Amino acid sequence: MADIGHQSGLSPAGETILRHYRSQVMTRRVYSVIAVLGIIIALFAAMSYANAANSGKFFERLPYMFDFIKNFLPRDPFEIFRAMFGLESPFFDGSAKYDYTSSNIYLTDSFYIPNFVYQLLVTVNIAVVSTIIGGSLAFVLCFFAATNLVGAGPVRWVVRRIMEIFRAFPEIVVAGLLTAVLSIGPIAAIAAVSLHTIGALGKLFFEVVENADMKPDEGLKSVGASWLERVRFAIVPQVMPNFVSYALLRTEINVRASTIIGAVGGGGIGEVFRLSIGRDYAAQTYAIIILLLVTIIAIDQFSGWLRRRLVGDQSFDFGKASV
Amino acid sequence: MSAISAAERARLENKFPEVFKTSFFKRHGLVFGIALTLAYLVFCWFFFNVGPALSNGKWDRASIYVQDWFSWRAQPRLRFGEDGVVTPQWSSRAQYPANATIDWLTPNADGSMTVTFGSQADRLDITTQQVDVYLNGEVWPVTITADAALAPEGAPAAIQQDRQKVVVDFGFEGQAEIRANQVAVQRRFFGWANFLYDPKSPLWGHDLFSTIGLILSGDRINPEMSNASYVLDQWLNNQAWQHGDILVKLLQTLVMAFVGTLLATLLAFPLAFIAARTITPNRAANWGMKRFFDFIRSVDMLIWALFFTRGFGPGPIPGIAAIFLTDTGALGKVYAEALENVDDKQREGMKSVGASPAAVNRYGVVPQVAPVFVSQSLYFWESNTRSATVIGAVGAGGIGLKLLEAMGTNSDWDKVAYMVLLILFVVFLFDNLSNAIRSRLIGPGAH
Repeated sequence: MADIGHQSGLSPAGETILRHYRSQVMTRRVYSVIAVLGIIIALFAAMSYANAANSGKFFERLPYMFDFIKNFLPRDPFEIFRAMFGLESPFFDGSAKYDYTSSNIYLTDSFYIPNFVYQLLVTVNIAVVSTIIGGSLAFVLCFFAATNLVGAGPVRWVVRRIMEIFRAFPEIVVAGLLTAVLSIGPIAAIAAVSLHTIGALGKLFFEVVENADMKPDEGLKSVGASWLERVRFAIVPQVMPNFVSYALLRTEINVRASTIIGAVGGGGIGEVFRLSIGRDYAAQTYAIIILLLVTIIAIDQFSGWLRRRLVGDQSFDFGKASV
Repeated sequence: MSAISAAERARLENKFPEVFKTSFFKRHGLVFGIALTLAYLVFCWFFFNVGPALSNGKWDRASIYVQDWFSWRAQPRLRFGEDGVVTPQWSSRAQYPANATIDWLTPNADGSMTVTFGSQADRLDITTQQVDVYLNGEVWPVTITADAALAPEGAPAAIQQDRQKVVVDFGFEGQAEIRANQVAVQRRFFGWANFLYDPKSPLWGHDLFSTIGLILSGDRINPEMSNASYVLDQWLNNQAWQHGDILVKLLQTLVMAFVGTLLATLLAFPLAFIAARTITPNRAANWGMKRFFDFIRSVDMLIWALFFTRGFGPGPIPGIAAIFLTDTGALGKVYAEALENVDDKQREGMKSVGASPAAVNRYGVVPQVAPVFVSQSLYFWESNTRSATVIGAVGAGGIGLKLLEAMGTNSDWDKVAYMVLLILFVVFLFDNLSNAIRSRLIGPGAH
């Protein structure tokens, strides 16, 4: 591009334009180089800081990391499946490491739910319940945050700030406060994930509402419909497919969130996983990893299929929805 | 309105079957959906034992914990000495230095002690023989015997006899437990105690304005350093609030999110070119790369975090690794989708002038996708600032672990509130920062 200058015979005006163009390209390049250098310096500073702050240094611990991966193996590959399905282990010696059976949940004398599957059910249920609770409240709130329905007055401001605070409030604090009151259990996790869901879904919902076509609303207004009727018959039918799609996407995210919250006191598979990897129970750890992986992939695929049916490919605007 | 004839009605019904003869599902789907959801919620109520858990909850403590967010308690024990002298005894977490004069806790000449709860009308006059409880100006004498404190007859509900002791409730201002050998006082005040300096600091007692005065004044308190750096040093090393430690932990969390997202961006960028159908015409490579993205994305961030905590020990490295791996998968997927949607004309233009494959991608593809890529990475950076807090709590360190420790003691809720405010502030700051960068890149309103 910079080769244009080698052609001689430009008019004086052309020369001026070329000079301006070159100086602009130059400024742009200088800015780019400064920005890239700045990011690289920040990256290395941050990395060396992280390394210094860590209890084990990266290069010192790297061999241990590989040793850990190499040695963290079950005694026999089928142990993983025995742990997964709560079957008795041939290595059982009374220790918790090989005890896969005592925590199984017996529904009848012979039919039981393996412990890990049960914990996984708890986690998935936490995610679904939180999405239902959070989604319903976000549904109610979102109409009060949309400029085209309530204007830009104080109502919108208050509702939006509430949503922002719910979104940014650290989930572990909600979970921790409720754990202190209710003792460890799934209610803390449900409350924490629900609150975050209100904020996250509320934001996505009101953006959908603001993009809705206002002609049906006008039509209803012209026949004297109340505000509630206008929302119910003009807005809701338009936005519902997008709402459901976002709620499904949120369910995917909430499964992951409830796993993590579980590990810090919410119960469910997250806590079981933290304990088993902390105590070096290789077979149980791998069993949980496989179960979680399969569940998350299955839920992602199912909700992806459902979303594609509801609103088509536009629902795969991934980054926007993951906030 | 006039009624229509039967024939007209039949004609309309036949003409618009989609209006008058909708499917059963369409007519009653909403009701069924709501009924199913409610049934599911009822099931979960029992599945999670919500009822018993709520009724066994320590709700009286909940109100104390919530009050601790914005107020603090001074908790001296006023011991009865043999000689009739009442002496206050403080725990190691006392908010006052030794021998400080406290305006609500005044010793009297005869060895007795007066504790005021907001005004002279609400106070305790404590001698070793008898405690006079003043409630709204009315006096209720509590007599101390050898092994018990006894509430007077006809005392109001705020004065309760609880076995050997008498509990007096002054509402928000505090409460007192009168026993045979001591009075345990709990006095509550708005605000955070000793937020600037701890009681051991020579600067204790200075508020914000007098601190500014100190910084501006010429006389050095500590001859070795200037007043400004002395004040900063005393503030950062505040034993009660640990400002220095909290800020360092917050920085660790931010570093986790920043490095993790940036490394993920740097790795996902080239890999996405392999995964995109339109760029790399090799189906096996596309498929393999996409499944690889799916795999590392689906292994939960928790699993990566705990896994690397085992390997590298607690600290920011496991946090970085967890964010890096999950986001390489997520960003790779998003990037690959963006690459598959690029306009082909620009690539064709580059090809037609005989550009090398690298140049085709550099000038035909990257300018189209770069704003989208940067904007997506910024979104991830923003949300990772939040996830890094939680990831920290499971062992990766940072402010998350600090929060968990503070909550574990059940008495540091003011510190929890402080950290929450810091986190909210940082998240708010990053939100606006990344919004500003994004709108400069792709224009306002495009996100």
